[in-house]
Amino acid sequence: MSTTTAADTPARHAVRRDATRSPRRAGEPGTRLAHVIMGVGMLYFAVPLIWIVIAATKSQPDLLSSPALWFGHGFDLPANLRQLFREDDGVYGRWLVNTAVYSGVSALGATTLCALAGYGLARFTFPGKRFLESALLGMIMVPGTALVLPTYLLLSHIHLVNTMWAVILPSLLSPFCTYLVRVYVSESVPVELLEAARMDRAGELRIFVQVVLPMIKPVIVTVFLFTLVATWNNYFLPLVMLSESKLYPLTVGLTTWFNTAQQEGGTRMLFNLITTGALVAIVPLIIAFLMLQRFWRSGLSSGSLK
Amino acid sequence: MSVNVLPGRQAATPTPPAVSPRQSRPGLSFQARQSVSGALFVLPFLVIVVLFLALPLGYALWLSLHSESLALGNKFTGLAQYGHVFKDPEFRAGLWRVIRFGAVQIPIMLGLALVAALALDAINTRFSRVFRLIAFMPYAVPVVIGALMWGFLYSKTFGPFAGVSHVWGGGPLNFFGGHLLLISLGNVVTWAWTGYNMIVLYSALQGLPREMYEAAVVDGASPIQIAWHVKVPAIRQAISLAAIFTVIGTMQFFNEPAILARFAPDIDAGYTPNLYAYSQAFRFGAFNYSAATSFALGLTVFVLSYAYVFVTRRRAARA
Repeated sequence: MSTTTAADTPARHAVRRDATRSPRRAGEPGTRLAHVIMGVGMLYFAVPLIWIVIAATKSQPDLLSSPALWFGHGFDLPANLRQLFREDDGVYGRWLVNTAVYSGVSALGATTLCALAGYGLARFTFPGKRFLESALLGMIMVPGTALVLPTYLLLSHIHLVNTMWAVILPSLLSPFCTYLVRVYVSESVPVELLEAARMDRAGELRIFVQVVLPMIKPVIVTVFLFTLVATWNNYFLPLVMLSESKLYPLTVGLTTWFNTAQQEGGTRMLFNLITTGALVAIVPLIIAFLMLQRFWRSGLSSGSLK
Repeated sequence: MSVNVLPGRQAATPTPPAVSPRQSRPGLSFQARQSVSGALFVLPFLVIVVLFLALPLGYALWLSLHSESLALGNKFTGLAQYGHVFKDPEFRAGLWRVIRFGAVQIPIMLGLALVAALALDAINTRFSRVFRLIAFMPYAVPVVIGALMWGFLYSKTFGPFAGVSHVWGGGPLNFFGGHLLLISLGNVVTWAWTGYNMIVLYSALQGLPREMYEAAVVDGASPIQIAWHVKVPAIRQAISLAAIFTVIGTMQFFNEPAILARFAPDIDAGYTPNLYAYSQAFRFGAFNYSAATSFALGLTVFVLSYAYVFVTRRRAARA
């Protein structure tokens, strides 16, 4: 459906600019309605985020006594942060590092594999390719959590559970990203260009790195962000694979803290640590998304689900 | 962004090669070499597919066809495990709950995403760009943390919402029990995923050619009529694909109920099929049974969604 071929893009964008200029005149009923919808939506999506930012500035007593969506008596964010990184011998810092390592390595690895495979499928023919392409669609449909338990059992046979590899290796699998890259390459990398490079006797790997990669940057950034978010946010996989607290990522670590807090009614483990820890856990990804906006938006639209 | 690619591309593309590479490199094997290169590009991905998709699936299937007993070890029992799974009242209750949940939550969420995407498509102001960002933000928040935040917001001690019923003189609302529990869960999921689906649908809308609804504009159709009668049908396929991915996600429902279970004692170990499979494996050590459960669930989802894609593609190809 969304055949965003590279060729028709500039024309389309020119048209779009016209299209968006005329309805911008305020007062038209459609425009007013659109603004109302967005205003209400903004409130809905922002409330939990506003809450977490405010909650992270409160001490435990303030958290319980002051209004939920407004600041408490003191401004305790610095104190909360200090306490957060000191609790349990600084295990939170460790979880943060673990999360960064797991998701960084997985995203880098998965993106590399997807880029190579997507390009290979889009621009080469080899035996079994047809089969692989139709299987790819099937692979996307396999629910990820159905794989976690058997993978755990397999990895436990070779003593890999409860290591960082048990989280990283399964996260390298991303058929959807391979599919995205394949679509993008077939739409934006002309065959003639590759042939020209081959005429110049460039090696295939060199062509890929120097010619193809720069052309498909948007989809590479998109795929990288997708896999980064998927691993950063993953809970089920590390929950199953890891049993040692110092290997936990943030998601699993914070929930164990939260369990303690709930069970003990907030007497030992304090809720202000949970809220501050949650805020610190979401800030890096939000920054990454804001910074890389222009890339992932175009990358998403290109592959946008045929 | 692909716009930027273009000028460079044109500049870099020389006049079409007069000789094809095949002729330029004498010898048998341009075709063969290309085959090998292509296969090598795909190989690393293929290795991961075999190790972490095919092998686990095969192993789960094998486990599900065997039963474990202390005396005999693993013994082949055919489809007996599946018989137990589909007769298991806990599994069935969980499955039915997730289906009911999806039947209500998925249309609401995708409807909201569609409305938001159409609104975004209609105006392009700083306001709309800010909205787009804020709506997408929850996607970057780990589901576990999203569920935690909503758990706090729902709670009587921390949250602002439990007390709204004072307005009409009621007691504090219990978001964690009775009919409200599924709605509370649905809200967490809707909050997290509407923005993502909105961006996907918005991208599809942006890909539509303007000429498509020029005629309708000339005929004096209102923006809302155009949105409903022209734009929505045109992105039908993007909508149905978003629906499939949402269904696949919903059937695996785990994180949100697992977290909210700390607030809501009603969420038991069999609340969703996936929670059930997890507790069978890690609480009771019933790995074969757990494998059969998750394989049965995975297979159901896979077959349904693959069939759906196949049929809709067929229909689209014919149209």
